[in-house]
Amino acid sequence: MNKIVEKEHFSENVVRLEIEAPRIAKARRAGHFVIVKVGETGERIPLTIAAANPERGTITLVIQKVGVSSRRITDLNVGDELTDLVGPLGEATHIEKVGTVLACGGGVGVAPLLPIVEALKKAGNRVVTILAARTKDLVILEEQIAEYSDEVIIMTDDGSYGKKGLITDGMKEVMEREKVDEAVVIGPAIMMKFAALTTKEYNVPTVASLNTIMVDGTGMCGACRITVGGKTKFVCVDGPEFDAHQVDFDEMLLRLNGYKEIEKGAEQQYLKSKDK
Amino acid sequence: MTVTKEFLKEEREQSWRVDVRKLLKNKERTALKRVHMGEVAPNERVKSNVEVNTGLTADEAIDEARRCLDCPDPTCITGCPVEINIPKFIKRIELGEFLDAARVLKETSALPAVCGRVCPQEKQCEAKCFYQVKMQKEPVAIGYLERFAADYERESGQISVPEVAAPNGIKVAVIGSGPAGLTFAGDMAKHGYDVTVFEALHQIGGVLKYGIPEFRLPNSIVDVEIDNLKKMGVKFETNFIVGRTATIEDLKEEGFQGFFTGSGAGLPRFMNIPGENYIGILSSNEYLTRVNLMDAANPATDTPIISGKNVAVIGGGNTAMDSVRTAKRLGADRAMIIYRRSMEEMPARVEEIKHAQEEGIEFMTLTNPVEYFADETGRVSKVRVQKMELGEPDASGRRRPVPMEGSEYDIEVDTVVVSVGVSPNPLIPSSLPQLETTRWGTIVVDEEKLQTSIPEMFAGGDIVRGGATVILAMGDGRNAAASMHNYLQDKLNP
Repeated sequence: MNKIVEKEHFSENVVRLEIEAPRIAKARRAGHFVIVKVGETGERIPLTIAAANPERGTITLVIQKVGVSSRRITDLNVGDELTDLVGPLGEATHIEKVGTVLACGGGVGVAPLLPIVEALKKAGNRVVTILAARTKDLVILEEQIAEYSDEVIIMTDDGSYGKKGLITDGMKEVMEREKVDEAVVIGPAIMMKFAALTTKEYNVPTVASLNTIMVDGTGMCGACRITVGGKTKFVCVDGPEFDAHQVDFDEMLLRLNGYKEIEKGAEQQYLKSKDK
Repeated sequence: MTVTKEFLKEEREQSWRVDVRKLLKNKERTALKRVHMGEVAPNERVKSNVEVNTGLTADEAIDEARRCLDCPDPTCITGCPVEINIPKFIKRIELGEFLDAARVLKETSALPAVCGRVCPQEKQCEAKCFYQVKMQKEPVAIGYLERFAADYERESGQISVPEVAAPNGIKVAVIGSGPAGLTFAGDMAKHGYDVTVFEALHQIGGVLKYGIPEFRLPNSIVDVEIDNLKKMGVKFETNFIVGRTATIEDLKEEGFQGFFTGSGAGLPRFMNIPGENYIGILSSNEYLTRVNLMDAANPATDTPIISGKNVAVIGGGNTAMDSVRTAKRLGADRAMIIYRRSMEEMPARVEEIKHAQEEGIEFMTLTNPVEYFADETGRVSKVRVQKMELGEPDASGRRRPVPMEGSEYDIEVDTVVVSVGVSPNPLIPSSLPQLETTRWGTIVVDEEKLQTSIPEMFAGGDIVRGGATVILAMGDGRNAAASMHNYLQDKLNP
C-alpha cells in the first residue's frame, strides 16, 4: 500500500515523490489534496496532489522540507511506504472556459498549480503562467507547466533566472498589456496576499488555493478555519480554493504560526536524531 | 425488532432464573445498599490518563446483583436503546456465572465494555429501575454490572465470539467505524453478510478513539471489541473516504448491495463572536483529536499541542467535560467550564460533572463569552464574558438564558476550547446529491427502518440525530441492521 515508486530532488529542499495509490489516482481532480502520515507516531499533514497517473495507479506529491513531518516524508526512498494516505480531499477546482487566465505559482506552490493549468488549458483557455522563486535553483516544473501554457514568465528575487522581481511585478506587466479574465494564485500565504491585492487593483477575479494547518482533513477539527468575506470557513471541506479578494490573509498568516515554536524545537530534535 | 413481553416472560420462567429468585427474599434484597464504584483519588488521577473508575470486585458485583428483584415487568429494559436483557445478565452475575452474563450482554450489544463506561444509565435503564420508580431508592447499578461482566470476560482471556450464520455471500458496506457502524457491522455479520467497514481516519473506532479520553474509556478496551468483530469476519479499511476515495457507484460495481452510513456529526460549531479565530482557540474535536487520536501530549509523537495554564472550555456537555478534564491533565492551573445556563440544565452526565468538580474544575455557570482578545502574536489572552439569567423555557423545555446588560467582565486565558455542539459531517451528503437531507444537513431516514431516500442505503447515529450519545447510535446501528436484513432478503429472495 502507498509504496513510493519514484523520487526526484528538484532542489536540496524540494522533493518529488510518485506514490502508489490507485483509487486516489483514479478519483482525484485538479485542486484535490491528500492527508499523509509517516510512522505510527507521525503527524497528519495535508499535501496537494501535483499530478496523477490512473493507468499506473500513482499520484505525485511535491514536498518542501519545512518541519519534522515534511522531512520524514522527504527522507523516504523508493520502495518505502507511507504509513497512511487518504484522499482525495477538498473541493475540486471549478474549471471552465473564461478566456485568458493568469496562473501564478510561487515556490513549491507551482506543484499544485500544475494540474489546474493543465485543466484550464484543456478547457480551451489561453493560459499565461508566472513561476516565481527566490533563485534559479528553486524554479520547479517549468517544462511541465510550459506544456500547458501559452506563455511562461519566470520571476526570481535575485534575477538569477528569468526576470528579476517579485511575482506581483510579473502579474502587473501581464494585466497592463492584455485583458485577463481570471487569475489563480498558489504559493506562500504572504505571496498570495500581495498577489490578491494586485489583481484587485485590476478587477480580475482571483482564486487562491490555501494550505493551512489540518488534523483530520475531513471537516472534523476546524484547525484549518479562516475568514472569507467575514464568515468562518473550513479550508478542508469548503476549500481549499476561495475567492482571494475575500480571504483574510492576515488572520491566516497568524494562524499558520500557531505551532511555530513547538515545531522549530521538534525539527531541531529530529535533525539531531538523524545525525546520530 | 422490539423484544416481546412474551419472550421476556418465557426467559424469566426458566428454572435457573426461578431458582435464583428463591435465594433471597425480596425484603432482604431491597435492604441491601447500592455498591460504590471505586475511583482513583482526584489528586492522583489528574497526573496521568489513568482510568478514573476502577471497576467492581467479584464480591461487590454479586452483592449488587442480589439487589435486582428480577421484576415480572422489567421496565429497565425499556430504558435501554439496544434492549439488553438486563435481569437475565444480572442474575447470571448473582450466581457467579460471569462469562454467561457477558454472553447475555453480547446477544444485543456489540460493545458492552464501552456502554458500561459511557452510557448515561441514570437517564436510561437505571431511571426505569423499580427501586428508582417505585421505592425512591437508589437504582440497581446496572451500568457498573455491565462493565463488570464485560471486563471480567475480557480479562479472563475466554472471550466468546457471537455465533455467526453461514456466509450468504452478500456484500454490505459500512461508512464510518464509530458506535453506530460497529454495532451495525456486528449484527450483519451475525446474519452471515460479508461486511466491510470503511473508515476515513487511520484508526478504527470513530468517536470512541478520537473523542472520548483515555481516562474515561481506554483505547485498549475499544480495540478488544473491534478484534471481536474481526473474529466474526468483519473487514476493516482505514484511510478510506466513501464518496471520495471511491464513490457509492464504484462500490456497487465491486459488488456491494447495501450501505449503512454512520459517518457521525463531525463538523464543529463555533459561536461566531469576535476574535474566535485567534491562535489558542480550538474546537473540542480538534483538542480531543490531538490528544486522544494523535497522542499529542506524548513527546514521542510529532503532533503538537498547546497546553495552556488558563484554559476555558465553552459548553456544558460531555465533550466539554472531557475537554476540561483533559486540560487539567495537561497541566492547566485553572481549567474552567463556561456555560450559559445553570448547573441544573447542564447536559453532561452527572458522574462526569462530579468527577470534574472533584478534580478542581471551576464551573462558571450563567456565563457566556462575547469576545476574545489576543496578545501581539495573535494568541488568545482574554475572554470577555457576560452574565446570564434564566428566563422563560425555550423549545428544548429548558429555561432560556438571557444576557444581563452591563455585566461583562474579562477572564485571562491562554487556551479556549469551544464545545458548543457539532453539525453533521458534509462529506457523504455532498457526494450523493440524490440523498435527501434536512436543512441542518442531517440525513433523512424513515424513523422505524432507518432507510434513506436511496433504498439500499440506511443511516444512523449522529449523521441522522445531529449529536447524541454512543448508545443511541448503537441502537440505530442495531435497528438499521434488522431493517437492511429484511430489505435485502425481500429483494434477493422474492
